[in-house]
Amino acid sequence: MLGEGIIKGMLVTAKNFFGSYVSKERLVTLQYPEERAPQIEAARDFPFLVYDGEDAEKGLRCVSCHICEKECPPKCILIKKSADKKLDAAGKMQFYPAVFDIDISVCMSCQICVEVCPFDAIKMDVVYDLSTHDRFDGLMLHKQQLAKSNAYYRKIHPTEATAVDAALAVERAKAEAKAKTAAEAAAARVAAAAQAAGETK
Amino acid sequence: MTITFLILAGLTIAGTVAAMGLRNLIHCVLALTLGFVGLAALYMHLGAQFAGFVQILVYIGGVAILAVFAIMTTQSAEPVTRPGSAPFWVAGTLVATGVFAVLAWAIHGSGAHGRVLPAEPVVTAQQIGFALMRGYVLPLELMGLLLTVALIGAVVVAIHERGESI
Amino acid sequence: MSHVQMLDQIFVIVKHWLLAYVPAGWQPLASAVMSVVPVLILFPLLFAITTVLERKGLARLQNRYGPNRVGPFGILQPIADGVKSLTKEDIVPRSADQMVHLLAPLLLVTAAFLGYAVIPIGRGMVITDMNGGVLFFFAISSLVELAVFMAGWSSRSKYSLFGAMRAIAQMISYEVPLVLAAVVVIMAAGTLSTVSIVNAQASYSGIFPHWFVFTPWGFTGFALFMVAATAESNRSPFDLPEGESEIIAGYYIEYSGFKFALFFLGEYLGMMATSAMAITLFLGGWAAPFSFLTWVPSYFWFFAKLLALICGFIWIRGTLPRLRMDQLMNFSWKFILPMTVINIIAAGVWRFMPMGPWRWLVCSLMIAGPFIVLGRATSWQGKGVAVRKYRYAE
Repeated sequence: MLGEGIIKGMLVTAKNFFGSYVSKERLVTLQYPEERAPQIEAARDFPFLVYDGEDAEKGLRCVSCHICEKECPPKCILIKKSADKKLDAAGKMQFYPAVFDIDISVCMSCQICVEVCPFDAIKMDVVYDLSTHDRFDGLMLHKQQLAKSNAYYRKIHPTEATAVDAALAVERAKAEAKAKTAAEAAAARVAAAAQAAGETK
Repeated sequence: MTITFLILAGLTIAGTVAAMGLRNLIHCVLALTLGFVGLAALYMHLGAQFAGFVQILVYIGGVAILAVFAIMTTQSAEPVTRPGSAPFWVAGTLVATGVFAVLAWAIHGSGAHGRVLPAEPVVTAQQIGFALMRGYVLPLELMGLLLTVALIGAVVVAIHERGESI
Repeated sequence: MSHVQMLDQIFVIVKHWLLAYVPAGWQPLASAVMSVVPVLILFPLLFAITTVLERKGLARLQNRYGPNRVGPFGILQPIADGVKSLTKEDIVPRSADQMVHLLAPLLLVTAAFLGYAVIPIGRGMVITDMNGGVLFFFAISSLVELAVFMAGWSSRSKYSLFGAMRAIAQMISYEVPLVLAAVVVIMAAGTLSTVSIVNAQASYSGIFPHWFVFTPWGFTGFALFMVAATAESNRSPFDLPEGESEIIAGYYIEYSGFKFALFFLGEYLGMMATSAMAITLFLGGWAAPFSFLTWVPSYFWFFAKLLALICGFIWIRGTLPRLRMDQLMNFSWKFILPMTVINIIAAGVWRFMPMGPWRWLVCSLMIAGPFIVLGRATSWQGKGVAVRKYRYAE
């Protein structure tokens, strides 16, 4: 019959209308910003620098090797090496970055900097609402804004963080073992030298 | 010569004079529409409500729209304007003044505005309907026939043109 | 006067009481002002309520929330919209016709407001009871087309001119069925005055009212009138002239800020005025639906019916896809117009047949037969519903 399709369509929309008040699963709207859409664990937005422990300056894993700066396709990272050295995550004295800037208006979230970093110092964050009033300075993130603790990293990417922590622990153990054998060898050498000196006297 | 009549007459005259004098063609059509509105208001002022409403319905809703459609569909790239003044404006003004003088003398001489008018008849739409359907049914049918012929002719011309362009 | 009657006539009583305080020379003017000002306040308020109702209603029809940030459940959204449209920059294109560009929305709003002059909102509550009220209403609707043209032309933009041409073509095509669908009521009531038409429907047989919509020709006339009214107000599914995905607002594409709000206001006022006329002609105006409900004030029934029709408009908008231009024109000239003419004949037959079940049957068949025939003829016009053949993918 003519007009039947219209009537059927109107019944469907009427069911939508009354159903949306009765059953809550019809309304799939998320009330942003109070509710957020859940993200998968491997979600990535913009990079951040990881530091171990409490102090962002002392615990920063980045040793200013400039690999991520060179590998970044749109060249959005700027690193300036420091003049002095400090202890890094594996217990060795390394340089650290005095300036570490990422321009997130240029960054394309390709994760290449994360893939090439040999020190697990730069990882991908999951924060996406970074809007500011300033198109240039507001979107240039500096070292203080980029440095986030390892505890935060463990919260956002649990499996990755545990793997990284395990690898770093192994390295640290190796380095400690090496340092112990080196210390023992140095002590033995000192003792042997002292004994030799005692013998010749 | 009440104040209402003066205002409405002024509006009508202003509209029609502007329709003749403006340069932009669309402005001329819109000024002519204003003149139509003034005419409709004058009809209603005289008590002919039906004629006034039909004037709006037919002239503004039909004739003015037809005029603007014609301009819209036949316009070229630049906005359509008219030349400032016609080359024979002296002769034209003389002829118009002469006609106006003759008409004014004729109306004045006939004694129409001195006569006592009978009471204004209240003409309802029902009376107009009865008159059309009883006394004047033949002119009504002839007008309908004429309009149908015009409609069919327009369709024939349009189809013929479309057939040629294929 | 009993309490029920006093509640019904409360506004008339207040107006007469206020008028007594005005000096005698100013009384006609004051009376006119006091009749007009409530309409000028009430219908824009109704427009504001309609905008939020439409947005929330469309949202729920589409399984989502509507605006729910401004005020509880978003009911203060029109205030936010009003502030936004008042504070937005008024951009006029440099090559636009400044005078006509300004006058177009003004003419639209004026024409829309003028239509309310003949609508009886309650018992004895009408701004002016003209002898040719219905004709006045349709004459005023033809002013809207002129305003649409002025808007489209003055913007000097191809999109707006194109949109204006399509809008005017659509409005002209649907104006004839609109008037013819109303002619049936004029035939039945024998008068062009809106007050007399409502009075002719305000009686009851048993508990059922004598509304014209409860007759075969009245029901058909109401359906055809509402279809033509939807097309006249450029509303979905006939909103091709202003469809956002096609022509990006069509004839008011170059308008911003307050003028755009005026266009919006004019369109919605036109929709409400045509709904009000449909209520007056077919749904019995301010008359109550059952004889035991006449104690409720008459203006309440009018606005209840108006809200019901507005909800119907919103429901249709949320359900149907947009009609293409040629589908629209075909629908008007090949289906709606013949149906209105057949409806007039059926109404004439109704008038001259004796009362009883026979005239119901005859008139219903007179209308239903061409409905089915025309429907089949227009929907399967040369395009068979055949299986599609693919040239290369066999």
